[in-house]
Amino acid sequence: MVETTSQPELSIEALRSGDRAEFARMVDAYSAPIYRLGLRMLGNEQDAEDVLQNTFLNALTHLASFEGRSSILTWLYRIAVNESLMTMRRSKPEVNIDDADTSDEDTDDLAQSQFVDWGSLPEDELLSSEGKQALDRAIQNLPENLRMVFLLRDIQELSIKETAEALGLTESNVKIRLLRARLSLREQLSAYYGERMLREKTND
Amino acid sequence: MTEHTHTHSNCKSLLGTLSDYVDGELEAELCREIEKHIAECEDCRIVVDTTRRTIDLIHAANPPQSGLPDEVRSRLFKRLDLTEYLKPQTK
Repeated sequence: MVETTSQPELSIEALRSGDRAEFARMVDAYSAPIYRLGLRMLGNEQDAEDVLQNTFLNALTHLASFEGRSSILTWLYRIAVNESLMTMRRSKPEVNIDDADTSDEDTDDLAQSQFVDWGSLPEDELLSSEGKQALDRAIQNLPENLRMVFLLRDIQELSIKETAEALGLTESNVKIRLLRARLSLREQLSAYYGERMLREKTND
Repeated sequence: MTEHTHTHSNCKSLLGTLSDYVDGELEAELCREIEKHIAECEDCRIVVDTTRRTIDLIHAANPPQSGLPDEVRSRLFKRLDLTEYLKPQTK
């Protein structure tokens, strides 16, 4: 990611010992990605801001016990993911985000049904405002347990290992969920672009 | 409709390694198998191309984040009792 190169080297020692200026530097370095994850996860600014504030409050309380096994950002993502899940459970208690509901190992159901060849359409056509909405809708349609993996890996651009650490999953579970998420998005977009191509053809 | 000149199990195993393949993380020998397969299987070629395109579009539609909105940042610093460290953002 572009901005990681310009991020300050933070002193874990200073953070742990309660150095407030260093904590403020950490907030500035990492608040934007945490806020964006919340926005994508919860879909509204108020909830995203609550998650943002709670994540750093929580970090402030628990910094002393941060062991440095993962990077600070991955650790913050982990807190933010838990905060987002709690918010989601409060607003949609019926949503099942437990791990047990996906047969992570079973790949029999990955079969694809959409074979429209839209891949060569130009990007400005694919990402028209209507196209962008279709993409956002497709992301929102992903089940929560897939969406979380997808957002961390493909939007926040964490590695597979970091995504696994942030979510408390194994790397192979992350990989299969990522695959499911990507294939589901591909199917949804294919249905959308296929219909659009057909419409344009009929209009010709 | 596409003419299927391959066995169905090839398509299935391709799907299982698709993410690694498009991320460039699949070992060379398996990449060659996929490339050989998609040269013969139009449906799988489309699935590979459009999966890659899907990921490209997601990146294009979600450029790396710029800073936090100013008012969100001010409220965050206030909530964390850090307002004395709130300097204007450089971005």
